[in-house]
Amino acid sequence: MSAVADTHSQEHHHGPASGITRWLFTTNHKDIGTMYLIFSFTMFLLGGSMAMVIRAELFQPGLQIVQPEFFNQMTTMHGLIMVFGAVMPAFVGLANWMLPLMIGAPDMALPRMNNWSFWLLPCAFLILVSTLFMQGGAPNFGWTFYAPLSTTYGPPSTTFFIFAIHIMGISSIMGAINVIATILNLRAPGMTLMKMPLFVWTWLITAFLLIAVMPVLAGVVTMMLMDIHFGTSFFDASGGGDPVLFQHVFWFFGHPEVYIMILPAFGAISHIVSAFSRKPLFGYASMVYAVGAIALLSFVVWAHHMFTVGVPLTGQLFFMYATMLIAVPTGVKVFNWVTTMFRGSLTFEAPMLFAVAFIVLFTIGGFSGLMLAIAPADFQYHDTYFVVAHFHYVLVPGAIFGIFASAYFWLPKWTGHMYDETLAKTHFWLSFVGMNLAFFPMHFLGLAGMPRRIPDYALQFADFNMVSSIGAFLFGATQILFLFIVVKCVRGGEPAPAKPWEGAEGLEWTVPSPAPYHTFSTPPKVE
Amino acid sequence: MAQEQSYYVPEQSKWPIIATVGLGLTLYGVGAILVNAKQGESTTLSWLVFFAGALVMAYMLFGWFGSVIREGQAGLYSDQMDRSFRWGMSWFIFSEVMFFAAFFGALFYVRVFAVPWLGGEGDKGAANMLWEGFQATWPLVNNPNPEAYPGPKEIIGPWGLPLINTILLVSSSFTITVAHHALKAGKRQKLKLWLCATIVLGVAFLTLQAEEYMHAYHELDLTLQSGIYGSTFFMLTGFHGAHVTLGTLMLIVMFLRIQKGHFTGDNHFGFEASSWYWHFVDVVWLCLFVFVYII
Repeated sequence: MSAVADTHSQEHHHGPASGITRWLFTTNHKDIGTMYLIFSFTMFLLGGSMAMVIRAELFQPGLQIVQPEFFNQMTTMHGLIMVFGAVMPAFVGLANWMLPLMIGAPDMALPRMNNWSFWLLPCAFLILVSTLFMQGGAPNFGWTFYAPLSTTYGPPSTTFFIFAIHIMGISSIMGAINVIATILNLRAPGMTLMKMPLFVWTWLITAFLLIAVMPVLAGVVTMMLMDIHFGTSFFDASGGGDPVLFQHVFWFFGHPEVYIMILPAFGAISHIVSAFSRKPLFGYASMVYAVGAIALLSFVVWAHHMFTVGVPLTGQLFFMYATMLIAVPTGVKVFNWVTTMFRGSLTFEAPMLFAVAFIVLFTIGGFSGLMLAIAPADFQYHDTYFVVAHFHYVLVPGAIFGIFASAYFWLPKWTGHMYDETLAKTHFWLSFVGMNLAFFPMHFLGLAGMPRRIPDYALQFADFNMVSSIGAFLFGATQILFLFIVVKCVRGGEPAPAKPWEGAEGLEWTVPSPAPYHTFSTPPKVE
Repeated sequence: MAQEQSYYVPEQSKWPIIATVGLGLTLYGVGAILVNAKQGESTTLSWLVFFAGALVMAYMLFGWFGSVIREGQAGLYSDQMDRSFRWGMSWFIFSEVMFFAAFFGALFYVRVFAVPWLGGEGDKGAANMLWEGFQATWPLVNNPNPEAYPGPKEIIGPWGLPLINTILLVSSSFTITVAHHALKAGKRQKLKLWLCATIVLGVAFLTLQAEEYMHAYHELDLTLQSGIYGSTFFMLTGFHGAHVTLGTLMLIVMFLRIQKGHFTGDNHFGFEASSWYWHFVDVVWLCLFVFVYII
């Protein structure tokens, strides 16, 4: 730091520092990526255990295990932790590890800021999780924290929740700025934009979305804070404001946010499908344009979350059609993945299993999304378990399976060892079965009228709920197996060659496995 | 694109973790102050946490920026590094634009939809049944429920202090550009003079803005609590004022660095970033002047 002059000449020639300071003070993209991934998995287990509480309570009708107040805290914290603590940091971790390797850069563009982006997350989640132990309990208004439930009627801990969101936002914005600067400025000579790997492209667009909408989230929680403590009336109609205003601002953030959680998975899946089909990706350019189109459309569809709240008819029509339009670029992507596999020399190692499941199950989630997009039909589906089924189908086999696929695909590169293929396949099949058991019955429950976010339900929903809970327990328990597989792979295993996958393409496979602490100190030449 | 042989990757740094502790303590402190005050409990400890956090933040800002400046002065930064900084600052300003967009969006929504609906006009005019007889006007002086939110007596017209403030800020954008040209031409005295003028204009703006707030609070009863007009007015102008304050501080730091002999005609990113930021707060003000004060 202060001794900059003498560290400059030899900075690329030494390995990591020893002890805890390696992690606290690091500027290395691989260290930071690892920390992001570990943090994300920790949050995944924490948020997952809350899901287990939810499913245990819903195992049978009636109140058995928790009180409704605590149940509401569980649904809220489960959503917040999974969205902001598990899925988003996992993708940032993958970006940290892989972007510099994929574009031939020595590190991320702004390495110190990179470390700050990471460390803000444990800080934010320490504050968020601590609300569970505060007077009045944790936030209990759902992860969408609609006003006035979260302003007039929220628990005192809402204030801390707001500041936790602020810190997460700062972290995400800095992380995204870093990603954009890295991609735009640090590509190896010869790597033009349209030669970039798709994971890089999807992350570039994701980072743009993050910078565009995280400040809006900061804005809306700031308005909440002002309404709660300083007497403003943004969300209070008696002062001329409007609770619906909250929903508009929130979903202006919230809809792009759901694409933030899926676009990087699109990128990773494109690499994996192509590698295990031993064919180049079908329609590279159309993939890039499709992601761009999805990202742009994501800014003009937000009110489809609010059809029942009292949106003018013209508004409903606009948001309905705009939403349906998203099916076109998404369809292009699904078509391209399937066509990539068509007549390929397919093998089904764990990453490919997760990728194929991703394509099939994400498409189911996409189709139920189309159903929800139909404004008149949404009046029936709104706030039922059908919605829960829909977004769990896009987030679990979408985002989470995308992350698992990426993890298995790149673990050999990170650790230098092959993971245990049999165990990984077991992990896949148990997850696949558990996840479908847990979430598929929710479609039926929702269509039959079971509302979301309740701890108790009418008797006719009992059977499907029990099936769903059994599936959820299976899925949850299976994730311990993933932890075991990763630890086993880190500790040892068959040594991985530089390119462990026959069909894989890209600069990341030109460096040895495990990737040395510093890579591409001199940029490689592309083509 | 990369042409350089090596990109400066800094050594391990303690600043990010210090910054995390600082920001965490500061915000936790603010939260605890607010919550305890609302529940009528003592806030002493909360204030201590807040001040501790603020101190750590101040130490971090001096230390972190200090080391970046030293590295820059030592010539460790290549053109490529310079471009990373430029992308970083540009996208940071874009994120700020989106932050203000949220508040402008709230203002437009309230004016175009929410308030007219409450007044019985438009698609959702049925909302008028909540407070029958409520008249939609803008500026909204009579709130739907005047007991909960007593409206302002009067609002601030555009052609007094706000117009003067507009002239001050627009001029300051010119003076900083003159200073920038002077820096490029190597005319240090002229640079200092015009940068100084910019800072004076910025401080004058802030003083007048404070004056306007006092007037609004003491004489017009226009406060944060006076309904949606006061809410949007103070949030927009308040966050803008906070950004002018930050911009002025940045310019003062630039002035001090120039006094120390930093920056050359072709290497002065710190100065440029500050001036970008300054232009940004100027543009936000112009939008405010039009949409908050005039229209």
